[in-house]
Amino acid sequence: MALQLEIQGHAAWAYTGGKPFDARLPVVVFLHGAEHDHSVWALQSRYLAHHGRSVLAVDLPGHGRSAGPPLASIEALADWVVALLDAAGISSATVVGHSMGSLIALECAARHPQRVSRLALVGTAFPMRVADELLTATRDDEPSAQAMVNLWSHSALAQYPGNPGPGFWVAGVNRRLMQRQQPGVMHADFAACNAYTNGLAACRRITAPVLLVLGKRDVMTPPRATKDMVAALPNARVVEIEGAGHAIMAEKPDELLEALRGFIP
Amino acid sequence: MTPPRSPGFDTLSLHAGQQPDPTTGARATPIFQTAAYVFRDSDHAAALFNMERAGHVYSRISNPTTAVLEERIAALDGGVGAIATASGQAALHLAIATLAGAGSHVLASRALYGGSHNLLDYTLRRFGIDTSFVDPRDLSAWRTGIRPNTRVLFAETLGNPGLDVLDIAGVAEIAHAAGLPLMLDSTFTTPYLLRPFDFGADLVCHSATKFLGGHGVAIGGLLVDSGAFDWERSGKFPELTEPYAGFHGMDFQEESTVAAFLLRARREGLRDFGACMAPFTAFQLLQGIETLSLRMDRHIANTRAIVGFLCEHKAVASVNYPELPTHPDHQLAKSMLPKGCGAVFTFEIQGGRAAGRKFIETLRLFSHLANVGDAKSLVIHPASTTHFRLDDTALRAAGIGPGTIRLSIGLEDAADLIDDLAQALRASQKL
Repeated sequence: MALQLEIQGHAAWAYTGGKPFDARLPVVVFLHGAEHDHSVWALQSRYLAHHGRSVLAVDLPGHGRSAGPPLASIEALADWVVALLDAAGISSATVVGHSMGSLIALECAARHPQRVSRLALVGTAFPMRVADELLTATRDDEPSAQAMVNLWSHSALAQYPGNPGPGFWVAGVNRRLMQRQQPGVMHADFAACNAYTNGLAACRRITAPVLLVLGKRDVMTPPRATKDMVAALPNARVVEIEGAGHAIMAEKPDELLEALRGFIP
Repeated sequence: MTPPRSPGFDTLSLHAGQQPDPTTGARATPIFQTAAYVFRDSDHAAALFNMERAGHVYSRISNPTTAVLEERIAALDGGVGAIATASGQAALHLAIATLAGAGSHVLASRALYGGSHNLLDYTLRRFGIDTSFVDPRDLSAWRTGIRPNTRVLFAETLGNPGLDVLDIAGVAEIAHAAGLPLMLDSTFTTPYLLRPFDFGADLVCHSATKFLGGHGVAIGGLLVDSGAFDWERSGKFPELTEPYAGFHGMDFQEESTVAAFLLRARREGLRDFGACMAPFTAFQLLQGIETLSLRMDRHIANTRAIVGFLCEHKAVASVNYPELPTHPDHQLAKSMLPKGCGAVFTFEIQGGRAAGRKFIETLRLFSHLANVGDAKSLVIHPASTTHFRLDDTALRAAGIGPGTIRLSIGLEDAADLIDDLAQALRASQKL
């Protein structure tokens, strides 16, 4: 089940967790990371949709089923999220973001504090600098860049229960999902993360409650890289998940869900 | 910065999908011999049933031991996941039943394992699924054989028993141009010799009974999805792209961009047809996969030695192995199968049917039985066993003659195997 909207002149698509979208319920918006789509949130979004919330797990512009070019900056993506809220008739929502999506969520909450009631940053860091070699590879050699990111995103060669469930090879799922995105999307996403400089200023402006969910074995956005963010956020709670790398939704879906359940009223 | 290296094939063969057991510390994969799993509470139960949480409910749908095997073969084949089934035949049936229904058509290679041919040419027709067969080497036949109701193209990586090497990229291109997936039976090659997804195939099935297990003690099948096929764009698979009333109205393609096929296959075909793999079988197959590359290298080395011996023997009319320049797919094999063309091949004995029978009955080390891919060397006469349902015309079309002998070369000392073959060949010519 999905919600299809027109945002900024392009068709936009959001998974609604297997239930029709209802803006009268508390709304949770899920923002995926670079070179991903809504499906990374399938378990968590489906759970919340069946537990009293209405969810929108979006495909960001140019990703998955959402049309248009990928947007070039975190700031532009943050404004796109507000345009999504407007189009869907949502006055305010809990916004959950992973990796690049966490920066979008953060910037969105800073720019539009009245629209973001709660903020969950999963696998986050600031600054989210991208190594020159990786950034170059995202532009010139996507398969190599995807291989690097896939290797760095996972903490082990086995995870239970996996995602979408037992019998799925989470690194294979992630690799193929990246390959399913359009050429050029990966570079746009990683360049946007790398160029984003407003993170600490944004943190200082956040008034909503904030949850950070971090993987203890994350080498892409290691927990230590959130130290300045946490210091700048007036109202943040941090949950570190044992045995999770960067791909927290895939590697530790239950632990992530528990953290979100304890945070989202 | 040195680019990171992904884990290699042997590392994945040993570790993919399994970590030491968190409860007991067991290093080997435990055999979770249980039918069902305790729910933490009612909400946990409902969430598991509704795919809001991942986990095990009932061992017909999934099991922790079986899941290790599924994840391991997916890692080795380069797919997104897999489903373990009761047999290789069950894997093929599960795939077709997921993609096709009454009124659908399957376009298949005519060089198939006899059991697969039975399923397609006889049994599935009873259920309204029609199959037509083409020469796997004839790309134009693949192209023109596609009908509006075709749902999948199916072939073997190495055709049985003629060892036709499939031009996977060529057939995949034809399938994809028609909005259809290409499924391959990769039993003879295993992911060590060939990874069909790298050439454009979309689904792979294995009889894990053969080289993957290697020991010939367990019957099992595996169905692996590349996750690359775009079911939505194809528009031919409402089972995957529209709500399914049989599972909470789920639209599997919306639910997972890359896993729709396996989600539907598990939540419908495995659930309802029930041809699941037992956890003990999964454990046995995992023991085999741990040494897959070591065994395949030895299988290939022995096979090459025996092919060389047979080629020089005066009682042998011809040897059919793709590494030989005389094989019609020699060039294709060189590019696609550089590590070897498997350990199953055929040869034609001088003296036809009678000489063949005498040869088989005189062998001492080779076992006369209906299997391949065992650690022990095996022999069979296809015309009287695996392909006995085919009439002479169909037999010829599948590349089989009355004196065709199929060998599956095991891991014994090559010299002992050659001695055995030599004495049996001598006896076969004294009729």
